[in-house]
Amino acid sequence: MSHDNPLIAVSELKKVFAVRDENGKRGEFVAVDSISFTIERGETFGLIGESGSGKTTTGRMVLGLEKPTSGSVTFGGNELVGLSDLDMRRYRHHMQMVFQDSGSAFNPRRSVGAQIAYPLKHFQAASAADARKKTLDLLDRVGMLPSHYDRYIHEFSGGQRQRLGIARALVTDADFVVLDEPTAALDVSVQAQILNLLKDLQRERKLTMLLITHNLALVEHMCEHAGVLDDGRLVEVGPVDRLLSNPGTAITRKLVDAVLEPELAGAAR
Amino acid sequence: MTVHNALDVRNLSVDFHTDAGVVHAVKNANISVREGGILGLVGESGSGKSVTSLAVLRLLGTSRARITSGEILFRGENLLTKSDKEMRAIRGPHIGLVSQNALSALDPSFTVGAQLIEVIRVHQGVDKATARTKALEALELVALPDPKRRMKAYPHELSGGQRQRVVIAIALSCRPELLLADEPTTALDATVQKQILDLLITINSELGTSILLVTHDFGVVAHVCTDVTVMRRGDVLESGTVEQVLNRPQHPYTQGLMRAVPRLHLNDATRSVPRADRRLFEFRGDTTKENADVA
Amino acid sequence: MSVVTEAVDAGRSLLRANRSRADGPGAAEADAPKPQWRLAVRAFSRDKMAVVSLIILVLVALAAIFAPLLTPYSPVAGDPVERLAGVGTDGHFLGLDGQGRDIWTRLLYGGRNSLMVAVVPVLVVFPLALLIGLFAGFQRSRAGETLMRVLDVLFAFPLVLLAIALSAVLGAGLGNVMLAIGITLIPYMARVAYTATVQESSKDYLEAARAYGANPLLLMFRELMPNVVVQLLVYATTLCGLMIVVAAGLSFLGVGVIPPTPDWGIMTADGKNVLLEGIYHVATIPGLLILVVSLAFNLIGDGVRDALDPRKQTS
Repeated sequence: MSHDNPLIAVSELKKVFAVRDENGKRGEFVAVDSISFTIERGETFGLIGESGSGKTTTGRMVLGLEKPTSGSVTFGGNELVGLSDLDMRRYRHHMQMVFQDSGSAFNPRRSVGAQIAYPLKHFQAASAADARKKTLDLLDRVGMLPSHYDRYIHEFSGGQRQRLGIARALVTDADFVVLDEPTAALDVSVQAQILNLLKDLQRERKLTMLLITHNLALVEHMCEHAGVLDDGRLVEVGPVDRLLSNPGTAITRKLVDAVLEPELAGAAR
Repeated sequence: MTVHNALDVRNLSVDFHTDAGVVHAVKNANISVREGGILGLVGESGSGKSVTSLAVLRLLGTSRARITSGEILFRGENLLTKSDKEMRAIRGPHIGLVSQNALSALDPSFTVGAQLIEVIRVHQGVDKATARTKALEALELVALPDPKRRMKAYPHELSGGQRQRVVIAIALSCRPELLLADEPTTALDATVQKQILDLLITINSELGTSILLVTHDFGVVAHVCTDVTVMRRGDVLESGTVEQVLNRPQHPYTQGLMRAVPRLHLNDATRSVPRADRRLFEFRGDTTKENADVA
Repeated sequence: MSVVTEAVDAGRSLLRANRSRADGPGAAEADAPKPQWRLAVRAFSRDKMAVVSLIILVLVALAAIFAPLLTPYSPVAGDPVERLAGVGTDGHFLGLDGQGRDIWTRLLYGGRNSLMVAVVPVLVVFPLALLIGLFAGFQRSRAGETLMRVLDVLFAFPLVLLAIALSAVLGAGLGNVMLAIGITLIPYMARVAYTATVQESSKDYLEAARAYGANPLLLMFRELMPNVVVQLLVYATTLCGLMIVVAAGLSFLGVGVIPPTPDWGIMTADGKNVLLEGIYHVATIPGLLILVVSLAFNLIGDGVRDALDPRKQTS
């Protein structure tokens, strides 16, 4: 397993928020405390944590949506932290995000097709016809119909919204996708469809993914490597096969023990 | 063999009238909660599971929902024939409700202690001092740490898990025979979820309270329940003990669901497949729409 | 959302999906999406009160515009001989006021002024307030916050008092009244736009647009503005209803239009003087009209708000 050429390398990434407590006193809240990890090309890395662990903030810092207080994030060896907006834009089309609730991640007043096609038209100077065609192809690939292009996000069910969110993340042929609890709000049967779709897309497009979730079974299913975040600190990082079956820290062990498997003790599967 | 049931729902049908037509939310459902048992009512969204539990308590409201047939037998009586006044006497002292979002179940303007005391006084008619003692007992029962201090807290000052404990305490304060819990742990972290579910198990074993637990999660069912009923789009598909349904599911839908869930602990067969090739079970049918036909 | 609402929504979308299942190429056309404004119109037309209110308002506006065609009399010159004639008088079916002027005529011509004073300031301030709200609310910059604080100072004055004070300073007359009301409205409308902007700013779709490299201006005008405009529009419609009353009030107090120019407020003031003599129609008729038109605006505002709520629009 070579680690000399990871696609994403996070080093000593830190985020501190200035806060005021109830008495109005200024203080600091360390959301992410000097974490480091790498993600190899073509694989899925799981960032595990419960609510308040800092996992979403980390995901946003990796994509440049949040400015780190200190630390570095490199993409293919290029440093992203500290870049100007204009320089950052060059990388943005390679790195995209699928939100937990695609319903709110689409503008309610514009058609979903127009929103998906927009980055092509505006930032990649594609013609309207080309952008539309590419969008329609992508809609088809994620299991949607051409007639869905002109619809609005509120007209779709949860699973369809996530498909649209995936389509939007891939429209500029991104190499790296951050998925923040992509199936947390979905029914079991729909979740299975979305996860299978993600795996198919990953293979077809050679995607590298960062999966942010609290669901350990999901990590076992999707990720080769994972890290456990607790209160902003990365307490453990390693291959999932080892991490979840033989946790090295008490925190990881506690998370593993809290998983409720849908089978009874001693059941044959 | 006479098995006494805490709750017997027979041939229940509930319709919703929407501007797009009539929705049959529950169709001829038969559901039973064994006395002293914990029934898991499992289904995906739109299955009718939450509507069923609200129907038991007659909390559906009358504007759009209509119970079109069936009986709900509790303590030998049909709840659907009860007047509003009679139902009010049942809700609380005999059937408790724990809902999904504890934050919205609690009034943000009052301390949790005040809310607990109010419920006790309304249903048990005791004076303030006695109510306060009972309230403290209830909070100890749900293992809320430092109950004396926490009683003076407002809901937003407590964590999600603590709030849910308070809601359970309120539901249990009158020692109901039956507890309805509608997705009580969905909004909580996994570690907290386990604690709350263990609390429900304790309540069931120590107080003998029967529990109807509505959930979408088979893991919860496996951990907590003694019996399971599986629902889909208003129909009851399968019922049985938890051993029967989880180990030997009969209905293809149940079987499919069990194979659609990602697992933490894999058997050797699955582990031998490279992760990139592993796929979860998908139901056949038009996958572009949510109303995929189920095998 | 309550469990019942969720279940109803789930059921409704299931019914819709069942009806428009894509079984073949033909189904795609049958399933063609409708443009959003048409859905809005349909949703609006479901609100009976709003539709009735809109009809009433349109009729009033048309009557005011075509006043000369609807009455032969002059609104400013009267026949003192027949002053205070009651409702149903021959030739003057709504009677005459204290100076012998036909009330129906003054209602029509006065309607022009009253409606203008109610609607024009709102229309003019709308884009200004929108810009202020967007800039102050989105970037949360020091300049924006300061501007909002300055507007807050204006907030401290009760709306009507401020309008009166400004009118008194600027002098009476139609133009000045509109100016006074317009200035008074700026903090109210700007604050609504500001709040709407702040609320929308935290939504994920902005993050998604940012993830594609959209710059702040693009985010503000392309993504935020349509959402903020809608909220401001709903508020503006209701505000018109209030302004009818405020404008009438200003005229009533003598700081509005200059007599003998008619408007409903001044007509009510004129009628006030004869109320004690037992003559009611001079004051009551314009008063009723103010009430009806103001109510109509409010009900239309409700209808607009519901119509533009995306979740209420079903195809």
